[in-house]
Amino acid sequence: MAIAKQNLLALSGDEAVAYAVKQSDVDVVSAYPITPQTIIVERFSEYVHNGEVDTEFVCVESEHSALSMCLTASATGARVFTASGSAGLALMHEILYVTSGARAPVVMAIVNRALSGPINIHCDQSDSMVERDAGWIQIYVENSQEAYDSTLQAFRIAEHNDLLLPAMVMLDAFFLSHTLESVNVLPDETVRKFVGTRKIPLIKGHGGKLVPFKLDPENPITMGPLDLYDYYFEHKRQQEEAMQRAPQIIKEIHDEYARISGRKYGNGLIEPYRLEDAEIAAVCLGSTAGTTKTVVDQLRTKGIKAGLLRLRTYRPYPVQDIINALENVKAVAVMDRSHSFGASGGPVFHEIRHTLYDASIHPHIVDYIYGLGGRDMPQKLIHEIYKDLQKIVKTKRVEKLVQFIGVRE
Amino acid sequence: MASEWKFTIKDLAEKPEIFTSGHRACAGCGPAIAYRQILKATRGPIIATNATGCMEVVSTIYPYTAWNIPWIHTAFENVAANAAGIETALKALKKKGQLKHDHIDVIAFAGDGGTYDIGIQALSGAAERGHDFLYVLYDNEAYMNTGIQRSGGTPHGAWTTTSPAGRVIPGKPEYKKPIADIMVAHGIPYVAAASPAHWRDLITKARKGLEVDGPAFLHVIAPCPRGWRYDTSKTIEITRLAIDTCVFPLWEAVDGEYALSAPSKVIALKPERKIPVKEYLKAQGRFRHLFTPEFEHVIDEIQQITDRRWKSLLKKCGMA
Repeated sequence: MAIAKQNLLALSGDEAVAYAVKQSDVDVVSAYPITPQTIIVERFSEYVHNGEVDTEFVCVESEHSALSMCLTASATGARVFTASGSAGLALMHEILYVTSGARAPVVMAIVNRALSGPINIHCDQSDSMVERDAGWIQIYVENSQEAYDSTLQAFRIAEHNDLLLPAMVMLDAFFLSHTLESVNVLPDETVRKFVGTRKIPLIKGHGGKLVPFKLDPENPITMGPLDLYDYYFEHKRQQEEAMQRAPQIIKEIHDEYARISGRKYGNGLIEPYRLEDAEIAAVCLGSTAGTTKTVVDQLRTKGIKAGLLRLRTYRPYPVQDIINALENVKAVAVMDRSHSFGASGGPVFHEIRHTLYDASIHPHIVDYIYGLGGRDMPQKLIHEIYKDLQKIVKTKRVEKLVQFIGVRE
Repeated sequence: MASEWKFTIKDLAEKPEIFTSGHRACAGCGPAIAYRQILKATRGPIIATNATGCMEVVSTIYPYTAWNIPWIHTAFENVAANAAGIETALKALKKKGQLKHDHIDVIAFAGDGGTYDIGIQALSGAAERGHDFLYVLYDNEAYMNTGIQRSGGTPHGAWTTTSPAGRVIPGKPEYKKPIADIMVAHGIPYVAAASPAHWRDLITKARKGLEVDGPAFLHVIAPCPRGWRYDTSKTIEITRLAIDTCVFPLWEAVDGEYALSAPSKVIALKPERKIPVKEYLKAQGRFRHLFTPEFEHVIDEIQQITDRRWKSLLKKCGMA
């Protein structure tokens, strides 16, 4: 398939998401406003009020109802979308689990914002990190272009009949949500063809008859029953089995999208940057990867063998890809934009360290908690991290396993 | 507003059961009787959603179900949002020509906990937005599913496990929240109070709620033998006493215009037929502690609030 002719637009991350939703033939959008996600729902409201989409858009009274509506709209057979972040995502917490348990392929954009208290509207990833166990696909994007591309892919991923897993696309508050970037958008018909229409799988209904997996008066099924110790466990394992199938499907959809757009993000799961011969490497998610790439380039001109591993999907967590990418590195700095209070470091650190336990060599691994509540992460601080890594390689000694960086002492 | 639908008891008997036997509700369960009656009022294809609670638990223990229609449960506090999601999806799919049926009714069921308390926000939001669905509150006046804890729908003086009949505080100190009036105040087209003891009235009201274009709210008194402490054979008798004492009058409000329904209208016209609340209270173990010299003043308080609310209802119905 040839690469489609694209339009270059000046869009913020939020606008890029709204534009992708506009093109994706979505049946129902139900959302509640929260800074800095508001531009998504504002732009989408304009599309609705100007007749540019035939989506049913419902402005509900809370995020809890936003996701509750999406869940049953999805169960009725509709393609659905919502967006939130921070306290809004926390209010959805209960329904996140119900949605994935119901195998409802809801797509949601999350604008990563700090959790209260104290109240703060700026970027960190605490909100979506705590939802990593909720049974949703999690894709973290680096820039507005990727926010657009990933939103389109998310519908295909979530609704894939071998998965039926809800998907969230994470973009950093303000750094992405409110910052204009050049974004290439595909023609409407190309997107329509790529996302297609939602296909409802057949399942065994009452009495063993094959029926569509939706609320359908012709073929009534009971959804969301009381499920006790005799079946609940099997249903939960089915969710895990679907999650195990997800990496391959995400990669295939990512590659198919690359063929029509010309854009790739690593293999769709991880994006290694100058890692082939790297001795020291950082690991991060989101927009900080962009700044870190610049720092890597600067270090490379000085002959320092630095690299970066950006995790694009945090769920599913691509264990073998991460091992392969970091296996030859001597020291790794994980950058966590959230923290697990009282634990030894942030959540990404825990998983990277645990992953490399099974690697053939064991690099030193340290953690930097950074950027909480929107605190900037300038090149200077990232240079400090790589300087620490050089020292660790040289001395073969870790002085501080976990530290906060960019914080007033 | 009068429904065009006329039915005989034979029609009802011949209509296939939507809420089927084999569910695990207790003997004498008021909500189960109400569900069966309400679902006799359907006029075509229908999708139901249920809040967490007794009726969700007893009707759907996997892999069994008592439901012969598409049915979904997701959580406790969001059944109105769930109904809104179904209704909106149907609207969207119809617009795109992807719906086989011309119209599908949507019905939401919740208990008093899921309505008066934890679900009122989602209910209020859905009512304000005007989704076309019927919301059925089956009011057994406490959190029965979790073991008889007090809710905003529990009446004054009633014993529950969190409003015990103590030596100092005799049952629930607060009064029952006027939930149906709150729904009328939302400006929705149809609100009604009904009871399974008056089945024709209940089924007619359920039908009106389905027929009306927009949100409809049906408040059904649904006694619970376990929580109210009475013999399982007495459910309908006790329901009737709630109406005859004016503790739970039957009425409807079409576009905000209140009117008494026949069983309560009779009492309005012949006040001598109004039975003292004492008769209703003494039939139930949850009020037993009030029949002591120390706490019998609470019975007077219950009579007073009942009279006050009845008077206020008569005024709204233009019968004062």
